[in-house]
Amino acid sequence: MSGTYLGMPAFPAAAREAVGNATLRGNLRHATHTIRAKRAKAVSEVSDWAELREAGRRIKDHTLRHLDRYLVQLEESVTAAGGVVHWAADADEANDIVTQLVKMTGESEVVKVKSMATQEIGLNEALEAEGIRAYETDLAELIVQLGKDRPSHILVPAIHRNRGEIRDIFAREMSEWGRPAPEGLTDTPAELAEAARLHLREKFLRAKVGISGANFMVAETGTLVVVESEGNGRMCLTLPETLISVVGIEKIVPAWQDLEVFLQTLPRSSTAERMNPYTSTWTGTTDEDGPRNFHLVLLDNGRTDTLADEVGRQALRCIRCSACLNVCPVYERAGGHAYGSVYPGPIGAILSPQLRGTGSEIDASLPYASSLCGACYEVCPVAIDIPEVLVHLRERVVQGGEVTRAGNKVVLRPAKGHAAERAAMRAARWAFLHPGALRTGQRAASRTRRFHPRSLPGPGRAWSGTRELPPVPAEPFRDWWQRTRGGKDGDR
Amino acid sequence: MNSRERILGRVRRALADAPAEETPLSRDYLREHGQRTAAETVDLLAENLADYRALVHRCGDRELADLIMRLLAERGSRTVLVPPGLPPYWLTASDVTQVHDRAASTAHELDRVDSVVTGCAVAIAETGTLVLDGSPDQGRRRITLVPDHHICVVRVPGQVVSSVPQGLERLDPARPLTWISGPSATSDIELDRVEGVHGPRTLEVILVGEN
Repeated sequence: MSGTYLGMPAFPAAAREAVGNATLRGNLRHATHTIRAKRAKAVSEVSDWAELREAGRRIKDHTLRHLDRYLVQLEESVTAAGGVVHWAADADEANDIVTQLVKMTGESEVVKVKSMATQEIGLNEALEAEGIRAYETDLAELIVQLGKDRPSHILVPAIHRNRGEIRDIFAREMSEWGRPAPEGLTDTPAELAEAARLHLREKFLRAKVGISGANFMVAETGTLVVVESEGNGRMCLTLPETLISVVGIEKIVPAWQDLEVFLQTLPRSSTAERMNPYTSTWTGTTDEDGPRNFHLVLLDNGRTDTLADEVGRQALRCIRCSACLNVCPVYERAGGHAYGSVYPGPIGAILSPQLRGTGSEIDASLPYASSLCGACYEVCPVAIDIPEVLVHLRERVVQGGEVTRAGNKVVLRPAKGHAAERAAMRAARWAFLHPGALRTGQRAASRTRRFHPRSLPGPGRAWSGTRELPPVPAEPFRDWWQRTRGGKDGDR
Repeated sequence: MNSRERILGRVRRALADAPAEETPLSRDYLREHGQRTAAETVDLLAENLADYRALVHRCGDRELADLIMRLLAERGSRTVLVPPGLPPYWLTASDVTQVHDRAASTAHELDRVDSVVTGCAVAIAETGTLVLDGSPDQGRRRITLVPDHHICVVRVPGQVVSSVPQGLERLDPARPLTWISGPSATSDIELDRVEGVHGPRTLEVILVGEN
């Protein structure tokens, strides 16, 4: 993944700061609770939700199991329909391909549909470095771009901003990027949306190049699918002469019919609607309707490394609905920025450390950004067992082991920060293997319980900074058992 | 080695020790939710369209031209975009200037048109969705996008299905499709729903039955 978020502090440090921000907490709480309740209602409308979820899981698993075959099939069908397929092993390569494609058109600005893949690779920054200006056209992405901010949610990237903040950003920044905000702009959502409409329309109408991602790609037919609400997607997908779509290789579904599952589960899981206002599908190019040139950039960027992990590969089923964010008690309090990635929340906590590896401090800390309550697994429309992967990744962080990085098997060393934890576990293991020593130690602990500190000194300080130390009982369990039951089994 | 070979090689190595396929995919989810007559399915479509803030009208074939005239007049539209295969009698009652859907017309020209009238390929009742597939009575994708007012005519009950699976199987993936569920909307500001950001702010749907 890109260096957009390099230098982010580990999750606990970033989260501590976020939790102290009352406005942020209020914005997040309002948003996540609203959408959580709406989603439950939308899901309850379909009586076969469990079957749809299971079908979605199986389709995705089957696709991943035969990903090589479906990638080749997709390439053939897109090419046959008039598209051009490019392959990008990492972010740099994808950015180079897109930059070259834009330069070939002779244009110096592009309009963009909201896309996680292009955020992941830092495309806007790469284009900017080559003198090409990329305009985000999704309202929330526009708020983030104008505010020189970072997205904090997969679906509603500006969820951390309230209407007053958005008004100020529009009034201050719009003139820098094009049509200024109207005089006397208030903070009503309708007026803000109208300001965005006017600001962006002039860009849509003159744009010659559009850039998008895709929610699904159908191997059988070569069809790409984008789901959205505002119509900015339709603008970018149909008005320009050239369309470039950057899509992760895991977004394939084998057959046209498979869409019937995801077009039922995705909208209900993400925006809690029966159906999102607009879905666009296109298969290559169509004479005199939409772009004349279509390029598809197939992106790896850590996905094949994730595929190589037999527990972690299930993260590649993700259809980016963001339902897991809205139910997560940790996300609700810490907010999306603390995750140091374009993928925040529970799915980000398992996706980022796999796509990027656990080498950095932030990535090594992400598997711990969870209470393992399991709510994310419950709502996931493709049944990704996020808690299972979190625990698996914690094990990897602490113990190291064999992983795949950029297609090569490497042996990971245990992460530095966990020396005390490993030492404690070794000591525990020794004590449990030596009952005499355990008994002596427990008795000593009980007798000195009044003098125990409330927090740990030295390397344990960070651990006890966020937790209460459990009080030691007045008497070890084994002594209590001896005293009350006389060490005898039976007379229950 | 080019990136295509590199990525496919990585995929194959990653899957080398993956277990063989488990049980085959069973599509044991429902083809539709609940039993309905054709008339009830149309009622559900109307209800779900209205729930998403589309304006729904119903009429017989003979009243269609008058209804379209009235809707354009109420809106104060002076120009209306017309796809090439729109049945001419739909607009005979109206004296609004007709603008024809031409490949050469620019986006700016489209932006100056007040309304657009189209048919549709299929409508899905359970989700309140209209699907356009670029057939001659629907025209190019952009004509239902740039003008602010879209009138979509649905023949009932013939063009109406119950569910997403039933809708999908009627559609041709080789055509560019646009699925429309209510007018353009955003919930990006404090999750307050606002209609009409970039697409048409007003969607009117006419359900036309036989007289």
